[in-house]
Amino acid sequence: MDLFNQVKILIRKEMMLEWRSKYALNGILLYVVSTVFVCYLAFRDISSAPTWNALFWIIMLFASVNAITKSFIQESRARQLYYYTITSPQAIIISKIIYNIMLMLLLSVVALGFYTLVFKNPLGDPLFYMLSVLLGSISFASVFTMISGIASKASNGGGLMAILSFPVIIPLLVVLIKLSKNAMDGLDRSVSYDEIGVLLAINVIVVTTSLLLFPYLWRD
Amino acid sequence: MNKSWWKILAIVLVLFSIVAGFLFQVPAKPILNETIRNIHFHVPMWFSMIVMLTVSFIYSIRFLNSSNENDDLMAVEFTNVGIVFGVLGLVTGAVWAKFTWGEAWSNDPKQNSAAIALLVYLAYLVLRNSLDEEQKRGRISAVYNIFAFPIMVVLLFILPRMTDSLHPGNGGNPGFNTKDMAPELRPVFYPAVFGWILISTWIATIRYRIRKIENKQHENN
Repeated sequence: MDLFNQVKILIRKEMMLEWRSKYALNGILLYVVSTVFVCYLAFRDISSAPTWNALFWIIMLFASVNAITKSFIQESRARQLYYYTITSPQAIIISKIIYNIMLMLLLSVVALGFYTLVFKNPLGDPLFYMLSVLLGSISFASVFTMISGIASKASNGGGLMAILSFPVIIPLLVVLIKLSKNAMDGLDRSVSYDEIGVLLAINVIVVTTSLLLFPYLWRD
Repeated sequence: MNKSWWKILAIVLVLFSIVAGFLFQVPAKPILNETIRNIHFHVPMWFSMIVMLTVSFIYSIRFLNSSNENDDLMAVEFTNVGIVFGVLGLVTGAVWAKFTWGEAWSNDPKQNSAAIALLVYLAYLVLRNSLDEEQKRGRISAVYNIFAFPIMVVLLFILPRMTDSLHPGNGGNPGFNTKDMAPELRPVFYPAVFGWILISTWIATIRYRIRKIENKQHENN
């Protein structure tokens, strides 16, 4: 079976697993909604645009770490061994990344929807803001998938995940906050091309290093 | 003797850079004044850190291919020394910034990036401590080291150049840009960089040999 078909079947498997035990998906959606609500009750209203933007990305950061941490831990070691005998490591990591991107897209749409509902703040260029959220979801998913794989090998995966992933995600987060701030202020789109280019470049680097390194990580 | 020439060279170069860095004539610039001498002590720390971390990255790749425990020891010891030099770079920079920029921490993109890069490598050490079995520890921490390195390169070399920085020489290679640096500084600056890189390599290799002896003792007991 070629790589493409393997990836397709593995993604289907991930989605079916998620759908059958809906608790993980519902749990993470509830996590986002309740975090936004906690922030709403704490802040009431946010008049400054940079704070609005920063708070949104902080919520997204914590939600995505929580959502992606489980991607390697949730399945038993025996079942993982079974996958390793029938598929290639590249297929596993690609399917996990793509699945996590889809999960993050859903999560960010829900988060942004609820966030704008409670914190009313004018967006200068809503479409471009959506683009930055989309790029953010892809970046979070691609970086965190590999790191959750690394953290899952250690004994205390959950605690380690935050320590390992936060410093690595900060450069991306800085660019994302700048890009989304530009969109919020409704600046001309050509101003932000640099940021988009850097984000795409980092994502390409991250995905290629993941593909190269995952074969060394999965063997146990 | 024929193996220790570079250690002697390291001592000579660093001693020269300390003496010459404090005594030689420097260009008088507004604000900077005599603090310009800090370039001979602050910038070589970063060069050494980057060299140490690059060597560590190379040894991590070698470890994944060879599974030889010594490669892993090299990787971790070069990272340790790299972190020490990174901290020294931050401290020397902060002391200097207090005098010239007015604040020890001025929210400068390069300062922030350097602090984040240190966090990445401290996380690498925490990851190592959380794994017990040696081969597994070596492999997984090597994977993290290789994964984090390209992001660190982006962090240190690309992001600070996209925004305004208080650091001199943005949008070029600071220090090696022929237009940015006064000619009087160069005869001291280049030996200082080279000398500190050699010193840091020396420290890392000594630590590597200590670790190897410790491992041998553990095996014998």
